[in-house]
Amino acid sequence: MDAILLQILNGLDKGGAYALIALGLTLVFGTLGVVNFAHGALFMLGAFCAVTFQKIMTFSKQVKDESITFFDAYKEIPYLEIWFGETGTMLIDWVVPLSILLAIPVMLLIGLIMERGLIQYFYKRSHAEQILVTFGLAIVIQEIIKSFFGANPIPTPAPEIVAGSANIGALFGLSDSVVYPYWRLIYLAFAFVVIGAVFAFLQFTTFGMVVRAGMADRETVSLLGINVERRFTIVFGIAAVVAGLAGVMYTPILPPDYHIGMDFLVLSFVVVVVGGMGSLAGAVAAGFLLGILQSFASMNEIKAIFPGIDQIIIYLVAVVILLTRPRGLLGRKGVMED
Amino acid sequence: MSIKVSQPNGWTRRSVLKTGLGTAAMAGAPMFFVRNAHAFTNDPSNGSSVILGFNVPQTGAYADEGADELRAYQLAVKHLNGEGDGGMMNTMKPSSLKGNGILGKKVEYVTGDTQTKSDAARASAKRMIEKDGAIMITGGSSSGVAVAVQSLCQEAGVVFMAGLTHSNDTTGKDKRKYGFRHFFNAYMSGAALGPVLEKEFGNDRQAYHLTADYTWGWTQEESIKNTTEGLGWKTNAAVRTPLGAGDFSQYITPVLNSGADVLILNHYGKDMINSLTQSVQFGLRDKQVNDKDFKIVVPLFSRLMAQGAGENIKGIFGTTNWNWSLTDEGSQAFVKSFGAEYGFPPSQAAHTCYVQTLLYANAIEVAGTFNPCGVIEALEGFKFDGMGNGATEYRAEDHQCFKDVLVVRGNENPSSQFDLLEVVQQVPRSQVEYDAAIFGGELGACA
Amino acid sequence: MKIFKLSRNDTILMLGFAIAILLMPIWLQPIGAAYPDLLQKFAIFGLFAIGFNILFGLTGYLSFGHAVFLGIGSYTTVWTFKLLSMNVVPAVIFGTLLAGLFAVVIGYVSLRRTGIYFSILTLAFAQMSYNLAYSVLTPITNGETGLRVLRDDPRVLDGLFGVVQEGSPVGNFFGINMQGYPGFYFCAVVLIIGFFISLRIFRSPFGLKLTAIKSNQNRMRYTGFNTRPYLLWAFVISGMYAGMAGSLMAVTDPLAGAERMQWTASGEVVLMTILGGVGTLIGPMLGALLIKYFENIFSAFNESALHDMFSFLPSLLENLMVTVVHPFVGDGWHLTLGTLFMVIVIFLPGGLVEGVTRLFKRRKSDGVSAKNPGPES
Repeated sequence: MDAILLQILNGLDKGGAYALIALGLTLVFGTLGVVNFAHGALFMLGAFCAVTFQKIMTFSKQVKDESITFFDAYKEIPYLEIWFGETGTMLIDWVVPLSILLAIPVMLLIGLIMERGLIQYFYKRSHAEQILVTFGLAIVIQEIIKSFFGANPIPTPAPEIVAGSANIGALFGLSDSVVYPYWRLIYLAFAFVVIGAVFAFLQFTTFGMVVRAGMADRETVSLLGINVERRFTIVFGIAAVVAGLAGVMYTPILPPDYHIGMDFLVLSFVVVVVGGMGSLAGAVAAGFLLGILQSFASMNEIKAIFPGIDQIIIYLVAVVILLTRPRGLLGRKGVMED
Repeated sequence: MSIKVSQPNGWTRRSVLKTGLGTAAMAGAPMFFVRNAHAFTNDPSNGSSVILGFNVPQTGAYADEGADELRAYQLAVKHLNGEGDGGMMNTMKPSSLKGNGILGKKVEYVTGDTQTKSDAARASAKRMIEKDGAIMITGGSSSGVAVAVQSLCQEAGVVFMAGLTHSNDTTGKDKRKYGFRHFFNAYMSGAALGPVLEKEFGNDRQAYHLTADYTWGWTQEESIKNTTEGLGWKTNAAVRTPLGAGDFSQYITPVLNSGADVLILNHYGKDMINSLTQSVQFGLRDKQVNDKDFKIVVPLFSRLMAQGAGENIKGIFGTTNWNWSLTDEGSQAFVKSFGAEYGFPPSQAAHTCYVQTLLYANAIEVAGTFNPCGVIEALEGFKFDGMGNGATEYRAEDHQCFKDVLVVRGNENPSSQFDLLEVVQQVPRSQVEYDAAIFGGELGACA
Repeated sequence: MKIFKLSRNDTILMLGFAIAILLMPIWLQPIGAAYPDLLQKFAIFGLFAIGFNILFGLTGYLSFGHAVFLGIGSYTTVWTFKLLSMNVVPAVIFGTLLAGLFAVVIGYVSLRRTGIYFSILTLAFAQMSYNLAYSVLTPITNGETGLRVLRDDPRVLDGLFGVVQEGSPVGNFFGINMQGYPGFYFCAVVLIIGFFISLRIFRSPFGLKLTAIKSNQNRMRYTGFNTRPYLLWAFVISGMYAGMAGSLMAVTDPLAGAERMQWTASGEVVLMTILGGVGTLIGPMLGALLIKYFENIFSAFNESALHDMFSFLPSLLENLMVTVVHPFVGDGWHLTLGTLFMVIVIFLPGGLVEGVTRLFKRRKSDGVSAKNPGPES
């Protein structure tokens, strides 16, 4: 029972990340009709916002390290600690949550530049060309990041106070071994908040209404004299911010490296397709569904019956769903079928 | 009518058609397939220089390690050519190196990208052999790649000096006459860790393995299991995890109430960084089970990876081939010369690659010929010292180096950003030695 | 002038292609690509891309899992080497056929969907195969280490005909060793045959039907035309091409690794085809040449090689050039590749073939306008 509860939590947590990435991907597809293979790169850039912010905050004074005698080595003492003492240390400790403040404007800007600079020329091109150009872009972004930060993952720990785990077991009167890291719980809550915010924005604002109308029937909305294009540019920016925030918050769970976006890309496409191309609710539902299934497939009891099931479960589910529900869980007819 | 396709001098790789079925047999013999008693692949005797092939991962997850290996190779080439301060050339004993290249010929090198994929690594090695005329190939950062390139080198008649490869197979069931490994292996990790684990954690423990689901992971799991079960530990479970899983939470949570009190992570690279980071987040390092402190062990440690795991490695036990903090003469000379050149200390991958290059050059000097058969003979059973791991021997039976192994622990109070691993014990060579026959395999012959 | 029922132009194309391929060891010499291994790769990946183009180029169905057939071809070939004979003929035949068999199954299932759903289905099959081959199926695939031919394998047929194996076994074509240049010529001949078949398919009524499906499948269906069998045929044929390419990989180098089936490998053939020119006859071959050249030659430039290259310049300029070029070669060759994709897709959507045609046309029209100056001038 405890094991199952924990696996549900794991699944929700994974699902939160999948859903956040897939949400942006499907938002872009639904509005702009663009298959964006650089979306994983946006997630990665978000994670590197945290890394960059960490680098800035720990910008250090080089002090000769006397303990190393073989060659001239330098110890690094962050200026923040020199200037502000304890407060500086605390600021450095809180670098991941604080970097959200940096990530929002930066990712919005990157999204707008990407859309205006490149994506807008590909609205009318074939999906294959969109895939190729965004894939090329993803590689370029990735290599640039690699040349600055190297290929090795960079540790970006959560603040000290939430580094441990919460004893959920004690809270609900279960066994003591039901513990779960605070940061993962925070991530889950964060995912819900962001998903909720995006839905609320689309549901309750005029802007969102126009976007939804545009998604449903772009031509008619344009004929009404509304500049759909400009709004869609902003939508792309929003998608970039969502992916970026997912990346920032994920860094304490997975120390980021330049390849982290590619690792999530294939998976997030599967999530989007299972959910139904262009369906926001579908993407979220599929994200959580696949996360939970993946967690359960990894349990020893299940692996004993189907060896290697944890390696293929996501793809297996994708195949089954696509064969039984042709347009994914919540997809509309005719989307991306030509 | 019978057509013999093999050549008279004992080059025996071709099948011999003994039936009369064979039609005209054109001896397809481009470049490296022409061999006789006096000629060998890419003989540099008539040129003014000798070319070495450095085949390292430059893209992909191990690119940083590859870059460090390449730095070490470049440093070794410098030293061989008599530039720089000479590094370990001054401490190596016995040494026939003169600092004027190899047999008086200037050392040059070509580089290639293995992408940590067997196919790409083989293509790159073939380029070096077929196009660039490399006489030796070295490098690598994964056992799959090392085994694949090693067998290619055997076919091509070129010596392969393995870089970072830790699987028992490299000098076990997949060993080759032309392949040599300085790095240690999973068996030696287990043998070295055993006594330390016993001393630190006692004899009554339950181990839970998380193992990367591919051949290297399996051999390490097996080696460690044998050791710990020999100590009287029980193996609670051994769970396979997909390579590159990223999030390991679904494999870690079952550990929490399994009753195990030691977690052994048979992961390497990104997998190790992620699984260790996440295990610590799940509170495993501070947990109490069976009235004992819960412990995590990472059998294969590397400083570059320790960097990625950050704070989480503190107090975690593991083994490593070499660490820059060693104070013997050879290590100091190498760290000094590497640090002066690049501004930071070398990794264990850099160390093993540097040593391999010097050993190869030295073997040529000893043999007095570039002919790989002579070089192999000089390397087999070669005993040396002053290269950082104490007295070392290249065992003739399986081309595996035997030397001291370091048991290390993540440093609790690092004095600098490089001071991540603390050497707990330098396990003497005698303790990690084993019979070459236990892993089977066949070296084959020198053509 | 009609050979093999080809039109005059096609005969010229066919002959030109054959000559260009067979003479690769000569004309690729100046750019440093004329060594056996790379030449073999050119031929093998050319074949792979040409086959992929029969599906993607003609029907527009974008498979993201074609590498799975490459892997199956390789594994089958190595197993044939192990069990039957080191002769490459049965090995290639079995490799191609088994890949075809898998293509029937995967194609039958995947072709029930269109568009990106089809792509994801093929991707899912390929990823499942890769993951299993790397781990659970290790007894069959030898996992990370890769499946290799060993000296003490049974090799029933070789034993039957009294072929004795000494040393590490190498694939042979009735006694001709399939490594080095003979290996290349073997691949080249297969490639030329493959190109010929592809040419015939493009010109056949079958090819025409496939193109019709691409332009408007629904209309085809409304006219009562069952498109599914034609699509399946195209899928299976292109899967067999991939299987054959995989077989050739194992023929020239008897080792099969799981990473051949990874999605990045499937992506590579898509990139080759698009870079060269989708739906053109010669484009995929060009794309394969370009990408393999980059992977093998660009990645090998290191700083000292660059200094050698620019050594004819004055030292200041030399250093400047090295600094400018360095990030794009060696460990940065991915950056060059990524930039190249973007540039080609943005400016030459039809791939290299379109670029060449455009250049050709412009020169022609330039010539024309020079002769007949317009009224304005």
